[in-house]
Amino acid sequence: MKRIITATVRNRSGVLNRVTSLLQRRQFNIESISVGRTETEGMSKMTFVVDVEDFQKLEQVTKQLNKQIDVIKVSDITDKAIVARELALIKIVSNSQLRAEVQGIIEPFRASIIDVSKDSLSIQVTGKPEKIEALIELLRPYGIKELARTGVTAFARGQQPSIQDGSSYSSLLG
Amino acid sequence: MERTHKQDPQAATERKEPRTGADLLVESLINEGVETLFGYPGGAALPIFDALYKAQNAFDQILARHEQGSIHAAEGYARVSGKPGVVVATSGPGATNLVTGIADAMIDSLPMIIITGQVAQGVIGTDAFQEVDVMGVTTPITKHNYQVRDVKQLPRIIREAFHIATTGRPGPVLIDMPKDISGEIIEESFSPNIELDLPGYQPNTKPNPLQTKKLADAISNAKKPVLLTGAGILFAKASEEVLEFAEKYSIPVTSTLLGLGAFPGNHPLFMGMAGMHGTYTANTALYECDLLINIGARFDDRLTGKLSSFAPNATVAHIDIDPAEIGKNVPADIPIVGDAKAALIRLLTHEITQPEHDDWLVRIHENKENFPLWFNKPDQDMIGQWVIKQVHEATDGNAIVTTDVGQHQMWTAQFYTFNKPDKWVSSGGLGTMGFGFPAAIGAQLAKPDETVVAIVGDGGFQMTLQELSILQEKGLPVKVIIVNNQALGMVRQWQEKFYSERYSQSIFSIQPDFVKLAESYNVKGLQVKTQEEFIKAIPEIFDYEGPVVVDARVLQQENVFPMIAPGTGLNEMIGVKP
Ligand SMILES: Cc1ncc(C[n+]2csc(CCOP(=O)(O)OP(=O)(O)O)c2C)c(N)n1
Repeated sequence: MKRIITATVRNRSGVLNRVTSLLQRRQFNIESISVGRTETEGMSKMTFVVDVEDFQKLEQVTKQLNKQIDVIKVSDITDKAIVARELALIKIVSNSQLRAEVQGIIEPFRASIIDVSKDSLSIQVTGKPEKIEALIELLRPYGIKELARTGVTAFARGQQPSIQDGSSYSSLLG
Repeated sequence: MERTHKQDPQAATERKEPRTGADLLVESLINEGVETLFGYPGGAALPIFDALYKAQNAFDQILARHEQGSIHAAEGYARVSGKPGVVVATSGPGATNLVTGIADAMIDSLPMIIITGQVAQGVIGTDAFQEVDVMGVTTPITKHNYQVRDVKQLPRIIREAFHIATTGRPGPVLIDMPKDISGEIIEESFSPNIELDLPGYQPNTKPNPLQTKKLADAISNAKKPVLLTGAGILFAKASEEVLEFAEKYSIPVTSTLLGLGAFPGNHPLFMGMAGMHGTYTANTALYECDLLINIGARFDDRLTGKLSSFAPNATVAHIDIDPAEIGKNVPADIPIVGDAKAALIRLLTHEITQPEHDDWLVRIHENKENFPLWFNKPDQDMIGQWVIKQVHEATDGNAIVTTDVGQHQMWTAQFYTFNKPDKWVSSGGLGTMGFGFPAAIGAQLAKPDETVVAIVGDGGFQMTLQELSILQEKGLPVKVIIVNNQALGMVRQWQEKFYSERYSQSIFSIQPDFVKLAESYNVKGLQVKTQEEFIKAIPEIFDYEGPVVVDARVLQQENVFPMIAPGTGLNEMIGVKP
């Protein structure tokens, strides 16, 4: 099952290395990691998409992350109301005749063409990973020359529905 | 005053000598109360060693002959003193020679401070002479590590490092010191009183009372309770509480390898060690119990055997200071995050009805009677188990005993009954050969007045025996007993049992003359070949005031029993009866 986990970390040297080394060593399956600064000086946020077998394994991921000295807070936000976005850049084979056709395909995705050359087009799209996936599939027949994805970044929405589901697996610290 | 100093050229140069980052490091170590320091110099660490020279009287400085010797000695020191072991080494090969010991300390939760020299910042990343990415190498085997990039941060880093190493679940913390930082001239003075700023590190020592209440209720209802004591009890200094608790509710007790001594080994409730070479009684009890209370053990696979056969019908309560240990290998029905002592004190305040489990106690008593640990007794030849029994008798069971890794280690765990905490030093999680002898040196430095015995194999001893130099240098009366089976015994045993007696690289055809070897280090050496000779040698070993190396020749074919073969469960022990 796929889970989205966020970790707030201190911007101290080696922290990213520590976290990724930990995930690798414990054989946690990582689909993507994205990292960037936050509103607080000296703090960054990492978003992981992990593929884990069961809740026991998931609990280990969050606990091991929590154990790191420079990790301030770890949350599994999968079951919350969240905003999750990814950015992808897709370069496809194209020519002037195809441009309008491509434009038609990407419009519903609110993607945009950000670079044009004689034989290629570069498209930028942001959104949920599934949306990006869907667009990539639509563009695949044109021939994808290059694809770059940032990985998901996410946080919980300002307002959470009042009934939370019973994901009580991480409540050991209580 | 100033005038007189100026007339003394020595003092004058000393006074002019500016204060460096390395001096600041040394001041910080003094400030942390470090008394013993294990070091090995080299280029990138020279400013540090220069600062140590200037502060010569501040520490007892130990020069091992190999960095691995330094760190295992520091581990032995940490284990019996409860204080962090402090090691200083140079960059590159100095640092990589420490790696085994760092990993060992990490998995066995020993508080350690490791300071490594590093090439100057200007050449970091250029494959400079003796450069290794020590941060990268040690990230997975340290509780935390630092590379100092700004000398002003040094006092804070040292303060944090000691705090992290010694609190929560203890562990090794490494500080990598680029040479230019160590050599940097500093003008400012730094206050030694540094506020800790570690928002991400808040070990939870207080157990949740709702959870301890749950455990209390489970005890009241248990028909077959078992208590498993791990090294977490030793770190928490909770031996008295464990004894009180077990006696109050008559709960039978078993121990992990590293937890030995947390509960008195001669107590009627004690069933012996559990696990691969544990007792039949302990392993059967773990298999049959309906309530398992694990205090401070991490459910290592050498303890559990096949997981599906581990306490299959039990409610599992797990008390651990490290929340990540709970549920890692064995799911916990009653998870309790906290310090073992705090948890036991809390438990003792709950109302618990004495569990109705007389049948259980009878069954355990009968198992103890009927299936004790055993060994063959040859007429004259010696075997390892017998040697350990003699050592136990000769020391009244009061010695600090360190071991290396292999058959002799398991025999010591089985036949040297540990009745008191902090007398037992062994490499559990990593199973590091070469650990036992230097660890004894560290233990003796920490406890100069106690008898320290290193029980080692002929294989493992040869990995770090150059540290015999320290015995002579520091006047340490360590007693080294080589259980010499002329083989890598434990490997030989596995090859005999599981590889159709194909003894690949496990038999030594050539051995050094251990007596001469000891003598060349100015240490008394003895060889004993028969039981009679050993018994005669006992006063020569234990009444003698200095160090001794005993080459005890034992039969090669002897195996460690009983045993849970790899891949099998607690209920499938072999070699339970002779
Ligand atoms: C550094 C290291 N290398 C290899 C091993 C694998 N190993 C485990 S026990 C053992 C044999 C130990 O032989 P010896 O020291 O003679 O002790 P004995 O088993 O004979 O008592 C070996 C090679 C190890 N534990 N550590």
